[in-house]
Amino acid sequence: MNTQRRWVSRLLDGYAALVLIFLFIPIGLMVVFSFNQPRGQRNYEWNHFSLNAWKDPFKYPELKRALLKSLEVGAIVTVLAGCLGTLMALALVKYRFRGKGFINTIIVLPLTMPEVVMGFSLLTLFVNLRWETGFWTIVVAHVMFCVSYVATTVKARIRGFDWRLEEAAADLGAGPVRTFLRVTFPIIAPGVFAAALLTFALSLDDFTITYFNSGRVRTFPVEVFTQKRSRVPAQINVFGTMILLAATVIAVSGVLIERRRQRERV
Amino acid sequence: MAGQASSAADVQPSQRWIPWMLMVPGIVWLTVFFAIPMFSMGKLSLENGGFSNYRNAFSDYRELIPRTFGYALAATVICILLGYPLAYVIAMRGGRRKNLLLALVVLPFFTTYLIRAISWRILLGDRGPVTRVLHSLHIIGQNTSIVGTAPAVIGALSYNFLPFMVLPIYVSLEKIDRKLLEVGPDLYASGWRTFRKVTLPLSLPGLFAGSLLTFIPASGDFINVEFVGSDAQRMIGNVVANNFVKEQFRPGLSALSFVLMAIILLGVLLYARLLGTEELV
Repeated sequence: MNTQRRWVSRLLDGYAALVLIFLFIPIGLMVVFSFNQPRGQRNYEWNHFSLNAWKDPFKYPELKRALLKSLEVGAIVTVLAGCLGTLMALALVKYRFRGKGFINTIIVLPLTMPEVVMGFSLLTLFVNLRWETGFWTIVVAHVMFCVSYVATTVKARIRGFDWRLEEAAADLGAGPVRTFLRVTFPIIAPGVFAAALLTFALSLDDFTITYFNSGRVRTFPVEVFTQKRSRVPAQINVFGTMILLAATVIAVSGVLIERRRQRERV
Repeated sequence: MAGQASSAADVQPSQRWIPWMLMVPGIVWLTVFFAIPMFSMGKLSLENGGFSNYRNAFSDYRELIPRTFGYALAATVICILLGYPLAYVIAMRGGRRKNLLLALVVLPFFTTYLIRAISWRILLGDRGPVTRVLHSLHIIGQNTSIVGTAPAVIGALSYNFLPFMVLPIYVSLEKIDRKLLEVGPDLYASGWRTFRKVTLPLSLPGLFAGSLLTFIPASGDFINVEFVGSDAQRMIGNVVANNFVKEQFRPGLSALSFVLMAIILLGVLLYARLLGTEELV
């Protein structure tokens, strides 16, 4: 390798490192500003260090209520979208049938549509149906955009598996329930679990589609947005930091579990 | 691929209904709550004035439409410039740390979108770090704000969609057979030439997917304008989000939404033609 090329490589590495640092700057600010004692109503400017927000994260009951509402929506959506999406993935991977390409297109379409359009068009449907928007319309909307993610994720994880094992189980005298619990479920479980986590995260995070279809109910992002005009307390940063920590712990333990599985297989 | 295809079971003619039974709930859900809303929005866009709603969408928002797509395009280009080298370094030179590096790319996005927007507001605020540095270097005047300018909005948009650019490019670079890259130097091609003739063309599918995943959500975004922009940076999403509550505006907003989708579709087709990746669409 000549010196010129080595220099190019080093430059590239340096550039990539800078981009990675750039990705973390706003996150760093989020954590730092959770320790800020804001001067006015909005936590936009540094004033002085304080642990107040961490000592009293639930100071604002609306934020706490909204966070609980988000968790409630997330749990229901995860179960519903998880079931619907997994069934679709199973059908698409296990069976050969006509119209598969069409179904795959339908699944991908919601991922290529701006959220504003999805949110607003769904609202026009609810208006036509005279459904009052609120808790259940939020659930319906979240399930709609999460099904696609679940189907795609589960499909990718269970592709290439030898489904004849199911037949083998049946031949050996296992009933359909037993076959499902002992053979099918262990195969699809890691994919379903990954998809469930993703769904929960997406549901918790969604603002745009929810904003159009939430009526008077407020999820955490909607509450933060609505309050923005009057105040942005440091507690929001505390919640953000906690969500980040939880996600990191889950991701790290996921990697560790995967590694142990691989080692056991070898 | 062949192995995967053969693992799918051939269904007996009498059991053809099984896959459909599994899919019915999901298909019904997507049809009722994704496809039908498009029709109900289409119908609404023709109420109170018919096609004039579309004409008005263009004439009322003469500046809004080019601005929206200008910002989305700028953000996409910036994401390519930042994201491609990062994806390249991780895929080609990441070695055993590949997965860790990828996790680091995604990790910041586990915080809520709105909280990231608040962080950008802190970052670019009048007493924030960026403004101070630019003031002290006399790049901008002492009384000039960054919040409420086009670069602020474009910067925030680029940041929020960067991982959607990095991941698909990484996947397509990772798939490239390394032997192909070793042939280049053997034939006395320069590193740049190898990149241009081999690596770049093979990574085009990833670049295409990444661009769509950046451009589409960026052109529909309104949160970033809310936090780091002002009225002068309003995008299509802001107009829809700010006015949808009022019933009399809904037909016009429906027309505007269709204009947004139509232009996105047009852009995607043009881009596919430009990259020569038509088979992907």
